[in-house]
Order: sequence, then C-alpha cells, then structure tokens
Amino acid sequence: MFANGFIGPDTLSVKDLPWQIHWDKDKCTLCGRCTAVCPVHAIELGVHRKRLVQTPPVGELARKHDLANVFQVFYGIRQKTDPAHACVGCAMCSLVCPNGSIIPCRSDEADKLKFHINRGGYPRRRGGRRNVPEQPPGGILDRIKFTRISMLTDPALDAGRHEFELRTLLGRVLPPEESLRLYREQGWVPPVREIYPLIIGSMSFGALSPAMWEGLQMGVAYLNEELGIPVRICTGEGGCPPRLLRSRFLKYVILQIASGYFGWDEIIHALPEMKEDPCAVEIKYGQGAKPGDGGLLMWYKVNKLIAAIRGVPTGVSLPSPPTHQTKYSIEEAVAKMIQSMYMAWGFRVPVYPKISGTSTALAVLNNLTRNPYAAGLAIDGEDGGTGAAYNVSMDHMGHPIASNIRDCYLNLVKVGQQNEIPLFAGGGVGKYGNLAANAAALIMLGASGVQIGKYMMQAAAGCVGSESDRCNICNIGLCPKGITAQDPRLYRRLDPEKVAERVVDVFLAFDTELKKIVAPLGRSTSLPIGMSDALAINDRSAAERLQIKYVV
Amino acid sequence: MCRLFCITSDQPLSPMTAVKALDVMREGHDGSGVGLFLTDLAGPFEELKGAPILSGIFTNDGWMRLDHFMMNIGFIAKYRSSIKVSKSPPPGVPRRDIYLIRAYEYPEDWEGLSESEIRHRLMLIRLQLRQMGEEKEDMIVYSFWPDVIVLKEIGDPMTVAEYLQLDRKDLHARTILAQGRQNTNYAINLYACHPFFIQGVATMTNGENTAFVPIKEFLMSRGFPGYIGYNSDSEVFTHILHYALNQLGLGIDAYKHIITPLQDQDLADHPNGPFLKQLKHSCRRLIIDGPNCVIGCLPDKTCFMVQDRKKLRPGVVGGRPGRYAFSSEICGLDAAIPDRDKSKDFQPMHLDTAIVAPDRLEVKVCSQMDSLDLTL
Repeated sequence: MFANGFIGPDTLSVKDLPWQIHWDKDKCTLCGRCTAVCPVHAIELGVHRKRLVQTPPVGELARKHDLANVFQVFYGIRQKTDPAHACVGCAMCSLVCPNGSIIPCRSDEADKLKFHINRGGYPRRRGGRRNVPEQPPGGILDRIKFTRISMLTDPALDAGRHEFELRTLLGRVLPPEESLRLYREQGWVPPVREIYPLIIGSMSFGALSPAMWEGLQMGVAYLNEELGIPVRICTGEGGCPPRLLRSRFLKYVILQIASGYFGWDEIIHALPEMKEDPCAVEIKYGQGAKPGDGGLLMWYKVNKLIAAIRGVPTGVSLPSPPTHQTKYSIEEAVAKMIQSMYMAWGFRVPVYPKISGTSTALAVLNNLTRNPYAAGLAIDGEDGGTGAAYNVSMDHMGHPIASNIRDCYLNLVKVGQQNEIPLFAGGGVGKYGNLAANAAALIMLGASGVQIGKYMMQAAAGCVGSESDRCNICNIGLCPKGITAQDPRLYRRLDPEKVAERVVDVFLAFDTELKKIVAPLGRSTSLPIGMSDALAINDRSAAERLQIKYVV
Repeated sequence: MCRLFCITSDQPLSPMTAVKALDVMREGHDGSGVGLFLTDLAGPFEELKGAPILSGIFTNDGWMRLDHFMMNIGFIAKYRSSIKVSKSPPPGVPRRDIYLIRAYEYPEDWEGLSESEIRHRLMLIRLQLRQMGEEKEDMIVYSFWPDVIVLKEIGDPMTVAEYLQLDRKDLHARTILAQGRQNTNYAINLYACHPFFIQGVATMTNGENTAFVPIKEFLMSRGFPGYIGYNSDSEVFTHILHYALNQLGLGIDAYKHIITPLQDQDLADHPNGPFLKQLKHSCRRLIIDGPNCVIGCLPDKTCFMVQDRKKLRPGVVGGRPGRYAFSSEICGLDAAIPDRDKSKDFQPMHLDTAIVAPDRLEVKVCSQMDSLDLTL
C-alpha cells in the first residue's frame, strides 16, 4: 500500500475477487490483444516500476560506485479490482493470446466480491444459469439409469438399422372415444403437430444476437427440409423478424407471447400475409430461471433493430411485468388468452401455456385438463437459463424439474388424461453434457418432449458460461462470443452458417444417442413417455419421490 | 419364448389336439405351464348355449364359499363337468382340490335385461369372485361367460393334460386356443398365464411387451372395471382388443392400426389416411413396441393372428376349408392338420392381420395398407 493509498469498506484486492488473472511476463509478447478483447475491461496495460539489485564485479567494488540499485520499467497487464470491472472468468484473454501467457484462475476461497456487488443499492443482475454446482456425479437427471434392458426375453432392437419413429405430439389429444365421435360428426378436433421431442426453447430476438438467431433458424430449417427431422424452435418474447413471419419457415417456429407482448404488433399485422401457420403459440406465464419475475432486456441491448421488432424506443430497459396484467385468474387466462390466440389463426394452431417449475403446477394442470383448448403445458425447472435476471431469483427461486414433471404426469394418469395434455420439460436438460440421457429420463418420467436453451448456446455457439459463475454477462450485451451481444463488433465473431452446422450436428448426435437408449429398452415405434419401469436410481429417497426403482 | 397354437374346426375337437401341437413345438418352450381357451363348445355344454359357464380352480373352502355366493345372487347350477384328479399330481403340477367347470342358470330377476347389461354383470361377478379368491387364496376364476371354458395350470402341457384327462367328450370344442409356458417377465401367477379373457375376447401373445406400463396405466384409467389384473404384460393385448371392439366400435381390421400404426409416409397415401392419423394420435398410448405375435378369438368366434411392426416373432396359419390353425411353428400345424395344402400356409408379416371367419372357409389376409371396413 502506498502512503497516499486509500482503503474503504469496499476496497477489494485481487485476492478478494472470484477470478485472478495469471500472467506470465516471460511469454507475453505485449501484443495487447487480451486487454482489447476483455469484455469487462478487467485488465489494462500495466506500467510497472521495478528495482534490480545488481551486484558489481568483485574487482570494481573498491570504486564505490553505487551500482546495487537499478530502477527499471517493464510493461504488462494489471487486473482491476473495482467490482464493475471484476474479471468474469470468460477466458477470452487466453483464447486470443498468441503465446498462452494469460489465463484467469478461480480463487482458492469464496470470493469477497459477492458482498460488494450491490453498489448504489442495486442487487446483482446477470445472465446465465443457476450458480449452484451440484455434487458430482451431476444432478438427479444424470443419476437416473435405464435398467430395463431387453436381451433374452426379447431381442434388443438395433439402434443403427431398425426403423424408428421418435416423434411426439404437440396439441390437445382427445380421448379415443371422443376423437372418433368427432371424426364421424366432422366436428372440430384440436390441431396436433407431430414434432421431434427435442425443442429449442424460447430465447428471444434481443436476448440473442441476430447472428445467433439466424444460425439457429437456419439449422432448424436444414433439419426439417433436408433431413426430415421435424425440429421446432420457440421465439421467446421478442417478436419475430418480419421476413420470417412471411416465409414458409414459419411452420417450424413456435411464437411466444409473454406479459410484455413485445413484437406482437408486428405479428398481428403480418397475419394476413402469412404463407404458413406457425407450429404453435406458447403463452409464457413463467420462466424457470426467475419464477414469478417477468422477462428483462436491459437497455444495453435495445438497439435500433431490436426496438423496431419489439415496437419500443431504443436504449431503454424492457422489463416485462411478472404477470399478464389483464388476467386475474387461471380460468380467465385460459378462457381469454388461449381461446383468443386460437381464434387469431382460425383454430388451426395449438396454443399452450409455459410456467416455471412450482409446487402449484398441479393446480394449473388440473385447470387445463378441464379446458379442451389447452394444447399442452410446458414446465421450466429451476435450472433454466436466462439473458438477464436478479441473481437472487436465479440462485434461490424455483422448483426442480424432475419431481415437478413426475407429479404432473402421475396426476394426469390418475384422471386418465396422460398424454392428452402433453407435458414439456425444460430447465437444466443436458447441463452436465448428458443431453440424450437427461431427455430420455424426463420422457420416461412423463414428459412428452424436452426444451433446451443453454445447451444450444454452449454446443452450437460456444457459450462459455457455467453453473459456477463463469462469464454470465449475457444481460449487458457484452457476450464475448457474440451470442447474446447486440453490438455488431461483437456478434460478427459468430458466423451464422457455422452455428447452423453445429445445430445440425447436435440434433443428429442426439438422435443417435436417444436411439441407443430406447432401442435396448425395446422401444422404437413410439416415444416411451411414462415408461417409468425402465428407470432406476441409486438414491432411495429420490426413487421413492419419483416412484421409480431403487438400485445399488 | 412361449409357443402358441389355435385351431378352429367345424367338427368338434379334443383339447388334446392343441396340446399335442404344443408338444411337438416343445423345443421352443420350457413346458412350465399350459393355458387353454375353449369356445364353440360341443358335448353337453353345447346344449346349454347362452348359459354362463364358470371355470376356475378352487379349494374345498373356496368351493363352499362359491356355492354360497352364487346362491345368494340367484344363480342355479345347471351342469357341472367334474375333473376328478388323483391325490398325487405328477411332478411339477401343484395339488388342487377342485378344477371346476360349471354352467349356471341366470337368476330370475335378470330376465328382460339387455344383452349389454347381462354381459356387464357377468364380468362384474367374475371380478368379484376373483377378488374374493385373492383375499383368502381359495379361488382362481378364469372366466364366467356363455360358451367359454378356460383352463390354466402350472406344469408340462402334456403331463397336465393327461393328469386333468382333457381328452373327455364334454371338453370338446370347435375353437381352441392353447399356450405352453408360464409367464417369464413378471411374477409367476396363474392369472399371468395366457390366453387372457374378457367378455368374449381372448388373446395370447408371444414376446415381451416393452410398453406395458404406460399401456396398463392408460387402460386402468379408462374407468372400466374389467381393465384390471395385469399380472402379465400380455394381458393388455386382450384389453386393447376389447377396448377397440367395445368402446371404439371398430373391427378387427383396425386392431393392428391401434397397436402398430403406420408411419407418416404410408398414412399420407392410405385411402383412410385422415381417419387413421386421428386414430394414431388418440390411441398413441396403446401402441405396442415389443416383438409380439398375437393370436386371438373374437366373441363371434373369428380367429386371427397379428405380428408386431418389425415381425420379430414366428407365426403361421394354414389348413383346409373347415379346419384352420394358427401356430407358432409349422411343425405344430403339421401335427394338427397334416392333410392340408402346405403351399397355402401363410406367415403373416408386419402389415398383415390373418383372419379366419366363423364359417372357417378360408384365411383372409388384410394388410394395413388396404382400406378399412369402416362403419363410421
């Protein structure tokens, strides 16, 4: 500490930060790329003064020259300790360093930053995912095993060669008696879509960069049109680009309407010019990452394009209300909102609500069972991600998806309506990389399909975020990979064509893995929804809670 | 794997015909049990057409409880075929007090009831007896239905058949379903032995039903009292057929569209495409996914065989006008109907339903690609 230095209650040292930047002077070329790329300006050029102790040769000591102290200057980097510039651990500096001379390392103890990241009285806001690392070996979904393997009682099926039809239904499926009666009488039957059980969940235009959105859409179009895999993608609450609304690709898109109604002016105006109906309409009542809180697009990201599509001024934060302001009860919500959305497309498009995982999910579901228009229920568990939310909501609010979906499915079984209202599960699917195993576990617990968001960002675009608070700055538009940035200088780092290629890779690999799971269970012609006799776990209380087998 | 055999003939046959056919196929089953379904009965039961016949196994106590119960609800015993067995059963066969096959006269107050009400009440009585039997473990009731006898026992089929003297005149029937093996996939239980029976519909199955649990949950949640049991994963095949015929009013040609529906491409080109698509969607929970061959008999005595979507199980149908048989293996067919034109033997494939109508004149093969006989 210099004599004229200052220590305040919130003065932090590098050691107090969650990430320390290790820099190797010997390897550094002083190119400056690290300081240029750092999204939060955590590092800056450092001019350091250094004393060298130079001992003169023995023979010259007698001359009494004062050569022992030599003061030199050297150049390098300096890590800032101001909370606004604390390193987020994204490691873009390592990525661009030509010599591998810099890397952020996680502190060896709990950081002190968390006590000071509320300057001005604003609690921490961020993007990303829940920062609650599970104990190894992963979350509950990762620990579920598939134990009912067909062998001698039955030949196992061949994942590589047999015929498979791994589709699910999105839309209200009527009981067989009712369905056939309506067929005879030529009555209205709710629209049903046959889709792939892995859906790209709602990530809005605005939350994602234009490059990321374009890449996802191109990937989905390729999967559908070239490979015949009926993958669907949900828009999230941010509207939909006008050209997409008027294109044939709209049929692969689930339009989302949420409490801010952003982008719906544009959608309503495009209705007469639509060539195709959208796949479905998702009404968002809640989000797993921040249950009970509305969507949030912070002002950093509201540029001219986003503002135009959403129908708002530029440069203002866009917090959606936590609820749909015109609705006061679920009956009203179902009657008014679901039915009026049906009416907009002539009762040809399924409309379903999405809620966050909650212990009140059963009440919602029970209400939906009584309404023939409800086309499904999507439940987003606590491990869902977001572009922006209060840290406290992300880390502490919400309900795990596994038991929530299981309770809902078993409740439907009790009333005899299993799969009539398809349940879609989301939130943390594949968060430890085991996408197919997690998805299959949820399907066998009772989900008709699975929604993924963060997994696509990681696998298709190289998102560096993690459950252990790495990066997670999606909210301020500084995504170092250009996935959630709205600044062209950042999002031009992301090539939409390459994203599309990765989307296709992800789905093809997932498809193979899913077959490798269901084929040995003897399933191929129908998705094994609710096939809980195939599941087991080595945790007695989890087994009891989920009503699956306990194995050790 | 078990072996199945079904024979339908205009001349009454001894159940031994079917047991012998199972016996020649013994390499394919472990001989751990036998189940027989007899209908279109000859002998004394033919004269009692319309009278419900109760078949089951009873202890002496159970028998008394049965008599008491039946008397209380007004059923009067009309005819009994007694199977007197020796005190020491052959190895592998449990000792039982009474194998009962008894025809009853309807109670007087049932007169004037509609056909469907009678059918419903008969089923409820069977279920009630089954429940009573399960409580005290003194009765096992397989069927209570006019013109139907069901027999099941643990042990080698031939040994059991000889021990129970099945070659008797009063057990002769024109349509016989036989299966040789106890179930393997779930707990050993006589109720888990095929063929399964509900309200005139009987089926037996080869192979494991991998979609058993979701299908069972669907059937049990229909609110129909007969959809219970499920000691075997194959019992759902019988109940799906019953559901298709009775609840949905569909024919046997639609059965395969429910359990193994066509894929999208084929549905798009199918003459009944829109109907089948709707059927596929609403009956998705009844799709079977295992390797299965199902042989069954409908209330009108039509016999049929269907295969799973991948045709992973053996099955052949052949015969001559007046006598046809469905068998897991050709040697079974050879044993039962040697004097047939073997070139006309047919092995149903993944799209086929092979049907022999009650007139027993021919084998009709209906493909899933054909248009349906819909009376919608």
